[in-house]
Amino acid sequence: MYEFEFARPATVADAVQALTAEEAQALGGGQTLIPTLKQRLASPSVLVSLSGIAEIKGICQTDEGLLAIGGGTTHAEVAEGAGAYPALAALAGQIGDPAVRNRGTIGGSLANNDPAACYPAAALASNAVIVTHAREIAADDYFQGMFTTALEEGEIITEVRFAVPEAANYQKFLQPASRFAMVGVFVAKYFDGVRVAVTGASEEGVFRWREAEAALSANFSPDAIAGLSVAQEGMIGDIHGTKAYRAHLVGVMTKRAVSAAR
Amino acid sequence: MPKDIDAKESGIGAATKRREDIRFLTGTGNYTDDINVNGQAYVAFLRSDVAHGRITSIDTAAASAMPGVLRVFTGADFEGVGGLPCGWQVTDRHGQVMQEPGHPVLAQGKVRHVGDPIAAVVAETAEQARDAAEAIDLEIEELPAVIDMKAALQDGAPKVHDDLTSNLCYDWGFVEENKDAVAKAFDAAAHVTTLELVNNRLVANPMEPRVAVGDFNRATGESTLYTTSQNPHVIRLLMGAFVLGIPEHKLRVVAPDVGGGFGSKIFHYAEEAFCTFAAKALNRAVKWTSTRSEAFMSDAHGRDHVTKIELALDGDNNFTALRTETYANMGAYLSTFAPSVPTWLHGTLMAGNYRTPLIYVNVKAVFTNTVPVDAYRGAGRPEATFQLERVIDKAARELGVDPIALRRQNFITEFPYATPVAVEYDTGDYVATMDKLEEIADLAGFAARRAESEKAGKLRGLGVNCYIEACGIAPSNLVGQLGARAGLYESATVRVNATGGIVVMTGSHSHGQGHETSFPQVIAEMIGIPEHMVEIEHGDTANTPMGMGTYGSRSLAVGGSAMVKATEKIIAKAKKIAAHLMEASDADIELKDGKFSVAGTDKSVAWGDVTLAAYVPHNYPLEEIEPGLEETAFYDPSNFTYPAGAYACEVEVDPETGKVTIERFAAADDFGNIVNPMIVDGQVHGGIGQGIGQALLEGCVYDENGQLLSASFMDYAMPRADDLPFYQVDHSCQTPCTHNPLGVKGCGEAGAIGSPPAVVNAVVDALRSGGKDVMHIDMPLTPARVWAAMQG
Ligand SMILES: Cc1cc2nc3c(=O)[nH]c(=O)nc-3n(C[C@H](O)[C@H](O)[C@H](O)COP(=O)(O)OP(=O)(O)OC[C@H]3O[C@@H](n4cnc5c(N)ncnc54)[C@H](O)[C@@H]3O)c2cc1C
Repeated sequence: MYEFEFARPATVADAVQALTAEEAQALGGGQTLIPTLKQRLASPSVLVSLSGIAEIKGICQTDEGLLAIGGGTTHAEVAEGAGAYPALAALAGQIGDPAVRNRGTIGGSLANNDPAACYPAAALASNAVIVTHAREIAADDYFQGMFTTALEEGEIITEVRFAVPEAANYQKFLQPASRFAMVGVFVAKYFDGVRVAVTGASEEGVFRWREAEAALSANFSPDAIAGLSVAQEGMIGDIHGTKAYRAHLVGVMTKRAVSAAR
Repeated sequence: MPKDIDAKESGIGAATKRREDIRFLTGTGNYTDDINVNGQAYVAFLRSDVAHGRITSIDTAAASAMPGVLRVFTGADFEGVGGLPCGWQVTDRHGQVMQEPGHPVLAQGKVRHVGDPIAAVVAETAEQARDAAEAIDLEIEELPAVIDMKAALQDGAPKVHDDLTSNLCYDWGFVEENKDAVAKAFDAAAHVTTLELVNNRLVANPMEPRVAVGDFNRATGESTLYTTSQNPHVIRLLMGAFVLGIPEHKLRVVAPDVGGGFGSKIFHYAEEAFCTFAAKALNRAVKWTSTRSEAFMSDAHGRDHVTKIELALDGDNNFTALRTETYANMGAYLSTFAPSVPTWLHGTLMAGNYRTPLIYVNVKAVFTNTVPVDAYRGAGRPEATFQLERVIDKAARELGVDPIALRRQNFITEFPYATPVAVEYDTGDYVATMDKLEEIADLAGFAARRAESEKAGKLRGLGVNCYIEACGIAPSNLVGQLGARAGLYESATVRVNATGGIVVMTGSHSHGQGHETSFPQVIAEMIGIPEHMVEIEHGDTANTPMGMGTYGSRSLAVGGSAMVKATEKIIAKAKKIAAHLMEASDADIELKDGKFSVAGTDKSVAWGDVTLAAYVPHNYPLEEIEPGLEETAFYDPSNFTYPAGAYACEVEVDPETGKVTIERFAAADDFGNIVNPMIVDGQVHGGIGQGIGQALLEGCVYDENGQLLSASFMDYAMPRADDLPFYQVDHSCQTPCTHNPLGVKGCGEAGAIGSPPAVVNAVVDALRSGGKDVMHIDMPLTPARVWAAMQG
């Protein structure tokens, strides 16, 4: 680690202020950022911990009936407390191991937008609203490719709002070493259509599989996508699986998510 | 020694709980990183980030001026210092000795693998050292790297070492005289099965990374090295005599609690020599603690063989000949015992459990721009077992015969048995272990289980194989003829204290094996005293006799035997003292339950009376024997030991994804006599876990430029608890070793040797049951590879 200053503000306003410092960076649960710092791959001058900010923690139901999760809420808390959206709670319960789940946060995961992370699939499939201290961003506009999002420098995710679907499921096929998603598919069925978001597979990060969405919106059954497949081009190919294998898994995981959707 | 004693509470055969675990599990162990010497400084290494290159300039001025920096060392500082030695010299098929390149402590002119240390910064804190290492101004002219072994042997391939004639270390043939006879047998064969396979490169990844603390005492001129080693005396000899020129009486090496080694902590590493050297140069203790990232690119790797094996059978399916050709990766330098692994630890095991009359093994050892490869749990024997048991399985499929029946038909059944590959198995009963396996694995129930799996849309497969290994390494005169530059005896000093308690100083070293529990069981049995009266000390060259350490499943077979010999001397002397105390003749003294008695009388003295007399010799035969009760013995085995067994694995394969899950795993082992059955179970469980890791998960991968792609746990898949099933483990088949006093054979490596072929055999069986024409998949059998194989 390089040396850095450490700040732990108690309010979002103070955090935003602290983040205006040159080379300042927000620290959520640290489950991505701390290993990066240890490997000396990042050198912020100030780390602004969000862990002391009560107003961005917790889970509640909004007046509009949305499920609102504070940006600083840990994966473990979502697994435990998001019973209103069982597929989301189940997803959170499959992230990493207990130590990771007890520290890592939904805001950190969405801000980081790792191409193999789980939450981006849920957010995109639910067209969640990413709420920051400055604005609200629809998931469709938020994800902009691997490790890239609509967030501006110093922008803090304070809340994420989910419309709870009629039925949903997340299927995660584990990358054998990291146990992140080699391919993860989140299927969400709303009254006005089905959304399918795929993580882990694409060089562009999380994406919607529109063809499957159309087929499933017409007929929400695994058979509906039997003949469909995603193109191999643009898929990730690495030591764990070829592009062809990942493209194949997208189909298999989607089918399984549809079968398991509740 | 008693063969098997059921439900004993102490002594040989008792499942005594591991006393050292209390310390390990409560955070009170004393690992090398727990050792902090007054005033110690810290070193950070600057390592090569390219696989092959020439150092064109290295400027340390800026780094030297950084805060806290004591000194920056480069290769130039080590010009007059020896390189890291290799402990085994192999002679090739043409009578030539192997090519043996230099292995500098810090790179001299060239870097040869990613991770090769170039410079070292010693500073007041670890972070300061790291900061300064980054400030070293280094220029490297990158050279084309050789990664693939066959490409490395092509004419005109870039040379890893400019001063060698090629990248070929040796071209070994064994038994060279049999080569033509083997070829003739192949010409005459009714059937020949050929298989080409890869034994995947592995990273040992012990839980505790390597650590070294060098210290120097200016007053006495003594150097001390605290290090994570499986064999501190070997490190003292190699580093003292060959690298730094420190006589042994001025060099102490301490390996305290060691958190796993699996072979990777046998070898002498540059960081050990550096810390010892720098401590003297700076008159400050110098500490290095490996990060996990450094471990991936500086700990010796394991396996990495590319093999073609052929099996010849006659018209009745008897094995008539076996021929193998292996390319064995040495990496960029020769690690301490690297040359022995693909040769004497591999070729000599090619007979396996079978009566194959003619065998020829050819091994080409190759230098590449990768981390050095050396012994890893099993070392050579897993590679031998894997190819042999895979080719037999393939032969059975080609011939349409039952793979178990084919094995049984060819079993060696008479002992001693001299193989055509120079070793003599003293005892064994392969029929018994296979019978036991069929029982504990419930092979009779397999068909029903397969039907269940198929109902659930899964393919189920059964894989069975045998293994044999040569353990208890090793007869010194024999290994000397084979090129070992070391003896392989073991030592023990048994020190009895005045009030009867015992301390054993053993040359064996425990890095997880439980010696502190099992060794006292043996002495408790011999003398008839409680186990807690015996304490084991190991790991410090200052208080243990010269020993060769722990690897090759040798501790109990060789180290335990030395301890038995020393204890026998103790008992003989104690009987003389007892005879004197009871005014009887020594020949009439019997020792039982910690009491000496005169045969045929009711006269007796207790163990403690005798030990006290030895140290308070008021009433003592001083004219005949010396006071005190302390004996040392060195034991050099007359043969290897030959543990053997049969393993069965059942897998389910998800036909849509290729994901393999291990449903059942059974191991029937013959380890000879058993001292602690619980520890043996644990050793087998761990070994199978590692074998399943190799078969399904672990793969160390370089890209064509020599960048390590699997350089962290994000990409190198270690087995986790939920990857492994509950095991059925049995070691009731016991044919005791005939040539060591305990009749033990060793159990540390068996699991890792026996399990990979069982897993691969099972997956192939599963896929074939699903109508896929698959004969082989290279390890690790990742979902992606299994799926690709299913696509044809
Ligand atoms: C062993 C291990 C296994 C894992 N497995 C999985 C897995 O299976 N699936 C998965 O999805 N993830 C996995 N993760 C990642 C984990 O979910 C992380 O917690 C998450 O990606 C980052 O969240 P964090 O709160 O820890 O963020 P940090 O690491 O603290 O920060 C990550 C980035 O987000 C920024 N940031 C943090 N919080 C906010 C915020 N509120 N607003 C704006 N920016 C913010 C930081 O500045 C930084 O750039 C794993 C991690 C580990 C260590």
